[in-house]
Amino acid sequence: MDIEQKRKIESIVALVFSTLAAFAGLFWLVFILGDVIVHGIGALKLSLFFNDPVPAGMAGGGLRHAMVGQLMTTFFATLIGVPVGVLGGTFLAEYARRTKYARVISVLADIIVSVPSIVIGTFIYAIMVRPLGHFSGWAGSVALSLIMIPVVLRTTEDMLSMVPWTLREAAFALGAPYYKVIIQVVYRGAATGILTGILLSIARVAGETAPLMFTSFNNNFFSWDMSRPMASLTVTIFQYAMGPYDDWHQQAWAASFVITVFILILTLLGRFVLKWRFKQ
Amino acid sequence: MATSNKKNVLDLSFSLITAVASLSIIFIIVGIFWILVRESAPAIHKFGFIDFLISTEWNPVKELFGAAANISGTFMTTALALLFAVPTAIGIAIFVTEVAPNFLKGPVGIAIELLAAIPSIIYGMWGLFTLAPIMSRHIEPFLQKTLGKLPVLEVLFRGTPLGIDILTASVILAIMIIPFTASIARDSFNLTPAVVKESAYALGATQWEVVKNIVLPYSKLGVFGGIVLSLGRALGETMAVAFVLGNNHKIATSFLDAAATITVTLANEFTEADSDIYLSSLYYLALVLFVMSFIALAIAKLMLIRAERKYSR
Repeated sequence: MDIEQKRKIESIVALVFSTLAAFAGLFWLVFILGDVIVHGIGALKLSLFFNDPVPAGMAGGGLRHAMVGQLMTTFFATLIGVPVGVLGGTFLAEYARRTKYARVISVLADIIVSVPSIVIGTFIYAIMVRPLGHFSGWAGSVALSLIMIPVVLRTTEDMLSMVPWTLREAAFALGAPYYKVIIQVVYRGAATGILTGILLSIARVAGETAPLMFTSFNNNFFSWDMSRPMASLTVTIFQYAMGPYDDWHQQAWAASFVITVFILILTLLGRFVLKWRFKQ
Repeated sequence: MATSNKKNVLDLSFSLITAVASLSIIFIIVGIFWILVRESAPAIHKFGFIDFLISTEWNPVKELFGAAANISGTFMTTALALLFAVPTAIGIAIFVTEVAPNFLKGPVGIAIELLAAIPSIIYGMWGLFTLAPIMSRHIEPFLQKTLGKLPVLEVLFRGTPLGIDILTASVILAIMIIPFTASIARDSFNLTPAVVKESAYALGATQWEVVKNIVLPYSKLGVFGGIVLSLGRALGETMAVAFVLGNNHKIATSFLDAAATITVTLANEFTEADSDIYLSSLYYLALVLFVMSFIALAIAKLMLIRAERKYSR
């Protein structure tokens, strides 16, 4: 066999392997998603949305408490995390543009995006839960907001940097002060991008479990009170999946389905908006 | 003059508010570090630094704590997960950048990103209900019959295949980090200048030779950065492994042993710690984890920045 042929065969073999790797990746996605969909739809009942849990071991009951808890915790996390993130990103992209400070902060933000979320749970436990003497929904929201801030800050910074500088100069020339330029011109130019960042950051925290276990903890009863322990779908999944009852397992699958669908829709929506925005 | 003064005041206050918001990043990092050190101070005082890291004792009753079993569990699952994930992820990146026809590039890319978006608790639950039974019934007995018969490797496959062990946890962890590694590897591959690749093709190189001799050397810094980033993430992953690792504070000698990672110990024991020194030791574990993952992530980030600077022109 001559060397030409050998090289060609080698090339084909290597590329077949890389194709197989890609399909292995797809295989896991289909396997996991398929499993969640099949089990989840099987276990999904309308009553899960309207009922609260029954005592452990009894059949029936629902997840209303956990869904409301999850929504409230995430909502207040967004309310804290988004303004801080957007304003912080504004400083880096506008007032501190191209300074060493901006570079250092954005590198640090990129790092803490990936810091173990369970560590954030222990941090909030020490500063909010123990001093007050009890777990609370607020503690959960703050824990989640700490995860959101770096995500929102970085996307905001990137999106504002993409707004052409000449646009600001045009506004300056009309005599507008910088803060007005930022709010009325730059934010408008970057609105879709920032919104996408917010969507993706909500998707990111909506599936978090570890930081909630030591902060909002869990609650078997329906509650609107953020200053008390608060149930969440994710912590409930952990509790139910590890528990001994078949009914709990079913509900854990249903909860997984709900949360996965919610997050995938947010993620796809975010990607879609970004694509659509930058095609124009 | 009055209006311009008012403008200045408003501008100044807006810039101050945004400046404070940007400082939040520093507050978070310094705050976490400071609180973890403060809370673990009693345990640091009692068990020391090196002694804590090398002691395998984890005994809440006698109030003796050491991190060695947890750290070894963390490293074993992470290392094994990287071993599974890195070749697959690089294969995916090669496929997406070099092999796939254009109509497939987008969908495969999106699919990989969706894999990254699935929350870790879903991976964990899927691992417990679906993967663990498959591992214990089919894959682990098979490995015992094949690799487990080899002279040296035999040690690694001893024990009863229960499916709740290091191997299962590593597989789940691997599936979780594949998307991160793959998407960074893909971005790094894309930084290779097209002219250089085309020159190689013009000299008669095959597709694989272009990948091996041009793309990989060009992007190795970025790919390596991506691997270290995945390492940093794998170290701190909690829910994906909490279901399938057992919570066994012993240094595992076999892949089929149950074990504990730092994160699993925290998840299982943090709210149940009944003495101050117990809780303090858990904070000590969290501090060790925080410092380890922070260092890994910082190294990864610096590598990625250097890679980008070097090749983006």
